[in-house]
Amino acid sequence: MRLRTLALVLLAACAAPAASAETVMRMAVTTSFANSGLAEALLPRFREETGITVQLLIVGSGQALTMGAAGDVDVILSHDPQAEAAWLAEGYGTERREIMYNDFVIVGPRDDPADVAGASTASQAIVRIAEAGALFVSRGDESGTHVAERRLWHAAGIEPSGAWYRAIGQGMGAALNTAAAMEAYTLSDRGTWLAFENRRGLALLFSGDPALFNQYALLPVNPERHPHVRAEAVARLAEWLTSQTAQTLIDGFHRDGVQLFHFNAHVAQ
Amino acid sequence: MNDIAQGLWQALILVVSLDADLVEITVLSLRVSLTATLIASAIGLPLGAWLAVNRFPLRRGVIATLNALMGLPPVVVGLIVYVLFSRSGPFGVLGLLFTPTAMIIAQVIIITPIIASITHQTIRELWSEYRDLLISLHTTRRQRIAALLWDGRRALMTASLAGFGRAIGEVGAIMIVGGNIDHATRVLTTAIALETGKGAFDMALGLGFVLIALAIAVNLALHMVSNTERGARW
Amino acid sequence: MVATVLPLTLEEVTLHRNGRCILGPVSLEIPGGGITVVMGPNGSGKTSLLRAMHGLERINAGQVRWSGETERVRASQAFVFQSPILMRRTVVDCIAYPLRLSGMGRGAARTLAAQKGAEVGLADSLNQPAHVLSGGERQKMALARALIRDPQVLFLDEPCANLDGRATLDIETILTEARNAGTTLIMSTHDIGQARRLADRVVFLHDGKLVEEARGASFFAAPKSAEAAAYLRGDLLT
Ligand SMILES: Nc1ncnc2c1ncn2[C@@H]1O[C@H](COP(=O)(O)OP(=O)(O)OP(=O)(O)O)[C@@H](O)[C@H]1O
Ligand SMILES: [Mg+2]
Repeated sequence: MRLRTLALVLLAACAAPAASAETVMRMAVTTSFANSGLAEALLPRFREETGITVQLLIVGSGQALTMGAAGDVDVILSHDPQAEAAWLAEGYGTERREIMYNDFVIVGPRDDPADVAGASTASQAIVRIAEAGALFVSRGDESGTHVAERRLWHAAGIEPSGAWYRAIGQGMGAALNTAAAMEAYTLSDRGTWLAFENRRGLALLFSGDPALFNQYALLPVNPERHPHVRAEAVARLAEWLTSQTAQTLIDGFHRDGVQLFHFNAHVAQ
Repeated sequence: MNDIAQGLWQALILVVSLDADLVEITVLSLRVSLTATLIASAIGLPLGAWLAVNRFPLRRGVIATLNALMGLPPVVVGLIVYVLFSRSGPFGVLGLLFTPTAMIIAQVIIITPIIASITHQTIRELWSEYRDLLISLHTTRRQRIAALLWDGRRALMTASLAGFGRAIGEVGAIMIVGGNIDHATRVLTTAIALETGKGAFDMALGLGFVLIALAIAVNLALHMVSNTERGARW
Repeated sequence: MVATVLPLTLEEVTLHRNGRCILGPVSLEIPGGGITVVMGPNGSGKTSLLRAMHGLERINAGQVRWSGETERVRASQAFVFQSPILMRRTVVDCIAYPLRLSGMGRGAARTLAAQKGAEVGLADSLNQPAHVLSGGERQKMALARALIRDPQVLFLDEPCANLDGRATLDIETILTEARNAGTTLIMSTHDIGQARRLADRVVFLHDGKLVEEARGASFFAAPKSAEAAAYLRGDLLT
């Protein structure tokens, strides 16, 4: 009866491993936080100090807020101030704590046909792309990066459309892959760009304008709406992320010798 | 070409070094997809056989639906399961979203129609062979289905393996309902999607080759087990 | 002895297929015991008649009536088909299958099946897959499977077609033993010699019609119908 033995082996293999007793919480975060490697630098340390495991759901800011509103995560780390404010106003969360910022960069083909590198402001840079009709890849996924990009177009008074404007509706990595393949411009957060391995002919062409700053904030889900959220663990995380330990880790996180994130929380004393 | 060579090299490094993360996601991939295959087989095999043996008014409609469901896009299944198991959905209280259980549920929905449909085809042929004998022996419906499933087991293994193949290679649904959480719901396919997103093509390809090897290994293992079974050369 | 399900009575039994009457109307009574042989040329309706009696064919008009309640009636019959139906199992498992259906444990069922297999001369092939058996061995396997639940009534549709003399004799011996043990046999055959050797009663069909029904001895000595007489002479009936 080998079939029976096989079935038993399969069953044993499929049996769920025993659930651990440690506290587990879920945080929806943006791609930039995870893909840059910062999550790896912070969360294991947090776990060491508190025994709390943070499970990350890596999604765009829009989807992160939706998950929070539905109560499917305990806390959100996002970078879309306007949407965050609206979300708080709906009563989905308890507060918004600014943690850190990084910045967006404009990347594009190294030979830079639209001369973005020569622009003096971010606004001028994208106007040049639009006027040259150079290919531009947009996230198009309601993520924080996408929203920031739209804000740039809006400020420049341009309604981007046409064959040169490619909205792909995917994450940052996919957008960079697409831009690399099409030799197109795109807006990326600096962390994902530095960690990105498939650059091919892409280069960083423009950065440094304060209009490109990108604020990250922590938004706990409202336990009054969703009693099952692990509010206590979330409070520990909020406290820890605004502590001096976190400041040291965040400011000390470098990639290719570049500091990726700038801690700007109000440090609790 | 170079990418593929690098991918193979990466796969080799991962496997030879028994990379801890690789082992973890591989084990989870296997656990989720094998469990889903077992459950889907437990539903799909009898269902397919039942459809082959019974005549009832809506039979054609049910079979057509089953065949259509085979082409169901996993993303749609993922979305439906997500909405059902979201905390604000009807089964939210169970707290199953973003767990391997939710991934298993989604995969069961995706592969049950495949297994049932292939089973239906197989069993229909066997039934036309056995019909007179089984009716003459005054068998109950349950006994007929049992005999057909048992005697058709080798062909039916193919049905289950087809389901397993679809499950282990599926990414759309489990990405949505599992969330690709590191050390919790990350499996080979979602890890591949993640590495692709990072632009780490060699790693993504490496994992892809591990996935292919795994699928082949499971197939071979099952065939070896059933081949050594005595008197099974049909 | 369990209550008998016989006699079997057919009243105006008629079968239509594809808009054609392939059998009947046939009225007939088969008492308990003995061997009834159904004879007739190809396409005369022998198989259809046996299958109708056994409940395998939908009847368009008339009635097949057994004595006793349906459940017991169905359980006390067995049928050996014109071409044996092989299950994808070993010979012994094929023979044991009807016992397994009745709820007997695997070990006991296989032991009895091995005995029955040996009785029909399959002792050497018991653990082979059924499909490796020769034509004659397949017939024997089917016969052993039909006999294993000790049916009151055994239908056989040309059990010796394609068999040589040796195998035919083996099977006839088994059939005679079953008859002597009290089983009622209803069989069709093309082999006039076999009918002569075995028949207690003869039912002769032609073109789906019941042409003659008689005791074996008198049928072969002096058939009453012209068709039967011609058939026995070896003339070709058209
Ligand atoms: N399901 C069916 N549909 C149409 N015709 C049928 C069907 N079953 C039997 N027939 C026809 O009915 C007739 C009687 O068939 P049957 O098999 O009973 O003959 P038979 O006496 O057993 O012949 P043989 O000696 O060749 O076995 C044949 O002409 C056959 O073609
Ligand atoms: Mg016939």
